[in-house]
Amino acid sequence: MSALMKEAPRLVRTQPLMELSGLSKTYGNVRALDDVSARVYPGEVLGIVGESGSGKSTLLRMMNLEESPDAGRYRLDLPELPEDLFTLDRFERRMLRARRIGIVYQNPHLGLLMKHSSSGNVAERLLVAGERRFAVLREKAQVALEASEFPIPRMDAPPIELSGGMQQRVQLAKAIALEPAVLLLDEPTTGLDVSVQALVLDTLKRLQQERRITMVLVSHDLGVIRTMADRVMVMRHGRVVEEGLADQVFQDPQHAYTQQLVHAKL
Amino acid sequence: MTTILDVQGLTKTFEMHHLGQSLPAFEDLSFTLHAGEFLLLSGPNGVGKSTLLRTLYRSYLPVAGHLWFHSREGVIDMANAADIDVAHLRRTEIGFVTQFLNARPRVAAEDIVAEPMRLAGYGRDEALEQARHWLAAFGVKPDLWRAYPTTFSGGEQQKVNLARALILPQRMLLLDEPTASLDKGARAALVARLAELKAQGVAMIGVFHHPGDVAALIDREIPLKPKTPIEETADVAL
Repeated sequence: MSALMKEAPRLVRTQPLMELSGLSKTYGNVRALDDVSARVYPGEVLGIVGESGSGKSTLLRMMNLEESPDAGRYRLDLPELPEDLFTLDRFERRMLRARRIGIVYQNPHLGLLMKHSSSGNVAERLLVAGERRFAVLREKAQVALEASEFPIPRMDAPPIELSGGMQQRVQLAKAIALEPAVLLLDEPTTGLDVSVQALVLDTLKRLQQERRITMVLVSHDLGVIRTMADRVMVMRHGRVVEEGLADQVFQDPQHAYTQQLVHAKL
Repeated sequence: MTTILDVQGLTKTFEMHHLGQSLPAFEDLSFTLHAGEFLLLSGPNGVGKSTLLRTLYRSYLPVAGHLWFHSREGVIDMANAADIDVAHLRRTEIGFVTQFLNARPRVAAEDIVAEPMRLAGYGRDEALEQARHWLAAFGVKPDLWRAYPTTFSGGEQQKVNLARALILPQRMLLLDEPTASLDKGARAALVARLAELKAQGVAMIGVFHHPGDVAALIDREIPLKPKTPIEETADVAL
């Protein structure tokens, strides 16, 4: 980033919806995260790019409260939450995830019960949040699947019988069923055919535009990040090496590593 | 006159790490842009005209100087502003009309044009109505409105691009060769729209391959010269 940048007087008074500060995590001898901080503002899409092992997925797992750091804090600007979400116990984390944080994994096996019906997978999210009425569960599952552009006649088919693109739509429906405050996307289109990838990205873009869902998108694919992100964070060896508006990071990358990444893409 | 943009000592250099070199684009540039003013950037190819526009939009980061933008919400130095402020101003007050449409696969022309209004909080129906109005004004046939611009010719894509870029009146417009690849009718529609916006007080600064297209609108010219400090010029008769 430019020497001129940061800590300038602010025009927009909006508080970050999500704020992580000073996160560090070590696995054995590997420093997965090294003093990483990130802010995500309401309604924006933050893209996180970096090669394998850069720490981007570890950071996303912490955003989803699946892991705790060795050091650092995590704040969500929502009512009735502690100043540091890492102080929550396992049950509280599970409830917060169910109600306010949606996630789509690269591997549908991590997010779905592959032999249960697709509608049942979505309903499971609603059940965890306390809904028990069968008719309501089914209706809400259908609404979420429709919003994810899943073909409703197939809503009772188990994910194992569906294509990769359809499995991602079921994950997406499950993630948005309760209108989460933030949607986390971990390589959501990696491994899909290019045409299917474009369809899934279109759905995400439409959801973002219509519902102003705040999203954090992790991908090693710069094309995906370029299509989706408002701001971009570039990670390497567990550190943030560059951060900026998406067009600026792609058109005028400042760090040597970001330049290497962008030029490799071109 | 109401000041919209006050540029002071603006300098841009590209650091090319893989070559171990710096490439200076322009240095110590100062000028002021007022409401309702139309400023032409001129100079030979490669002198930094488009680079300057992108720096004003903050797609490029300046290495020195200030970009004081007088927004409706206060004065802010775009050279130092936080990303969220820049993003906010781009949605509300600063438009950038480029030569090319950033078309997304499987998104209809009218939806691409309506998007800035949707992002500004307008309802879908109102945004689509305005989108269709401007697509028609720039000469895009109605049977193409629901089609995907990724399949359009360069000229048709540019019309969609202009309709999108000019659908909302901004406080400041940056124009990077917007008449390139346009037919006569679309060029006339563009000039008419720019004149209308100028009369409404929109400040504009632009690069034109054929400045004659917009000769009637130009108030002042800033000639860029290779790697020399540039100062604001007096009024130029064109």
